[in-house]
Amino acid sequence: MNIHEYQARDLLSASGVAIPRGAVAKTPEEAEAIARSLPCNSFVVKAQVHAGGRGKGHFVDGYKSGVHLVKTPHQVRDVAQHMIGNTLITHQTGPEGKPVHSVLVGESTEIARELYLAIVLDRSSGCPVIVASQQGGMEIEAVAEKNPEAILREVIHPGLGLQPYQARKVSIFLGFPSTGLRAPCRLLHAAYRLFIEKDCSQVEINPLAVTKGGDVVALDAKLNFDDNALFRHKEIQDLQDPSQEDPRDLAAAEHHLNYIGLEGNIGCMVNGAGLAMATLDLIQAAGGKPANFLDVGGGASEAMITAAFRLLQADASVKAVFVNIFGGILKCDLLAQGMIAACKSNPPRVPIIVRLQGTNVEQGRKLLKESGLPLIPAEGLMEGAEKAVAAATGKKGK
Amino acid sequence: MSVLVDANTRLLVQGITGKSGSFHASACKEYGTQVVAGVTPARGGEKFENTVPIFDTVSEAVAATRANASMIFVPPEFAGDAILEAADAGIQLIVAITEGIPVMDMMRVRHALEEYSCVLIGPNCPGIITPGACKIGIMPGYIHRPGNVGVVSRSGTLTYEAVWQITSQGLGQSTCIGVGGDPIHGLTLQKAVEYLHADPDTKAIVMIGEIGGSEEEEAAEYIQARVKKPVVSFIAGATAPPGRRMGHAGAIISGGQGTAQAKIEALQKAGVRMAKNLGEIGKEVAQALGK
Repeated sequence: MNIHEYQARDLLSASGVAIPRGAVAKTPEEAEAIARSLPCNSFVVKAQVHAGGRGKGHFVDGYKSGVHLVKTPHQVRDVAQHMIGNTLITHQTGPEGKPVHSVLVGESTEIARELYLAIVLDRSSGCPVIVASQQGGMEIEAVAEKNPEAILREVIHPGLGLQPYQARKVSIFLGFPSTGLRAPCRLLHAAYRLFIEKDCSQVEINPLAVTKGGDVVALDAKLNFDDNALFRHKEIQDLQDPSQEDPRDLAAAEHHLNYIGLEGNIGCMVNGAGLAMATLDLIQAAGGKPANFLDVGGGASEAMITAAFRLLQADASVKAVFVNIFGGILKCDLLAQGMIAACKSNPPRVPIIVRLQGTNVEQGRKLLKESGLPLIPAEGLMEGAEKAVAAATGKKGK
Repeated sequence: MSVLVDANTRLLVQGITGKSGSFHASACKEYGTQVVAGVTPARGGEKFENTVPIFDTVSEAVAATRANASMIFVPPEFAGDAILEAADAGIQLIVAITEGIPVMDMMRVRHALEEYSCVLIGPNCPGIITPGACKIGIMPGYIHRPGNVGVVSRSGTLTYEAVWQITSQGLGQSTCIGVGGDPIHGLTLQKAVEYLHADPDTKAIVMIGEIGGSEEEEAAEYIQARVKKPVVSFIAGATAPPGRRMGHAGAIISGGQGTAQAKIEALQKAGVRMAKNLGEIGKEVAQALGK
């Protein structure tokens, strides 16, 4: 799960990580008032969306950049006026962009050095790892590629947690003098505490700034959370902003469907995550583009199948649907009943290709055949994908 | 011979009174697995299907029934605890089916397990089966057939697809292991390949991977250095968009790491036969075995 920058700031601050002064505004008036309350003579105004690359982005009406530096509270108001209610497009939002409902107004900090700090999960050791670099302000992947020795990876023992010597080691690597380790060490411990306590999958502070005054502050931060652990963090669930999510994803989540919207025109309904992924690969190998990833799960109920089917039907970009099921626990006849029910209540507007295999496959195929629905059967995996691609491009399937 | 489980395996089921737990305990029993005990706290003294004794704790169940393997269906919030309880009671093989365990919990559990000699399979996995002898998990038993192909996979349904294709070729399986789709889990692909390679009844190995992490690359290194048996592989997610979790919590390309292309290249370099697409696994296996 993702949250806004201003929410991440609040969480970091509550854990004891220093952040520049500032606050979130939902109106231009609020933005101006915040600026007037800040004891500084230069301000930063940042559009709040769930995407990176805001500074280099632009708004749908042509207004440039989601991050502005200005000198007066009046200009803050002016920038906020342009941003709030507008839609920001960055390299991470896709062409449709993300709506801006609020802006972060902050003091502009005089920076001496920009550093990089992140805490993520290291899969191979099964431990949290601190990733640190003196080359802040740019993407860490780029640093890793060009200059891997500029990155320190400090693995933390999950039982013991971050040890003081490790915090000192990271701070020294980040270029702090041995007489000035207290502030960075305190920040590291605070960030680690946040990572553990909130079940984060990532805490990324980039840049971590050393100000001209010598303070160590998180200038920008990105927090991600483990979806599996949200059940024990209602306070994090409450931070969710549906306006930043793909509406198809939201509808799927309501029915507990594992769905990811994609850019193509072939809707997919598959049981099992691995098979769903392999189905996307098959469609592309056959020359098509999938409209979505959709895993109805190993034990999908008839109601879930009906919901899944509705979701695909409602997606205007879908020109054909490929149903690919290996019936293990999910029996093929049950799936067929679900599909028939869904088609009866919501007649299909696009061709549907069905490839069934596994438990009760004969009964399932028979039910579909006798239903009188215009379904295109397929037995092989590649055969199904090819038929789906042909149907989506308007060619007749064999 | 087989890997990790055989007809002598004595299974207990943690969470046997739940909906999935009872359904699959019953299916395993029907398949021929010796289901000797169930564990659900506060349900001790009851019987499952009038035959299998239920205990409050795993250690009581082990003392009374000599169970040596456990299948876990406990809900995600309590599953980490259930794994530790099984390990502490001396269970040698722990198969965690539960999906959705918080990563932080699995991180601590995996470290704690270093103190024990047990093997953990999963979580978020279909389980393990030695066809005709023992099924521990949620896989449909009837698609399997005793034989000489060892299968290891990160995905449940892809395992079933592969098994089905192998069976349809007139071949069978020695042991099939689903290691699970979570980023932090027990048994790795490489370790599973090691087991299958050491098993005299396994003549060929099928390894099914997917995007995310680097277990396929690690297994490839091992295969290149040590494995003499033919290995067939398929990697799912070649066209998955980066940065999105593809159903499995562990199936994600992040920071350019964990792509299917990198895994396929590593496996090809190790001399592994790559199935062109998912539908070709059975044929590749048959060819590898000269059938």
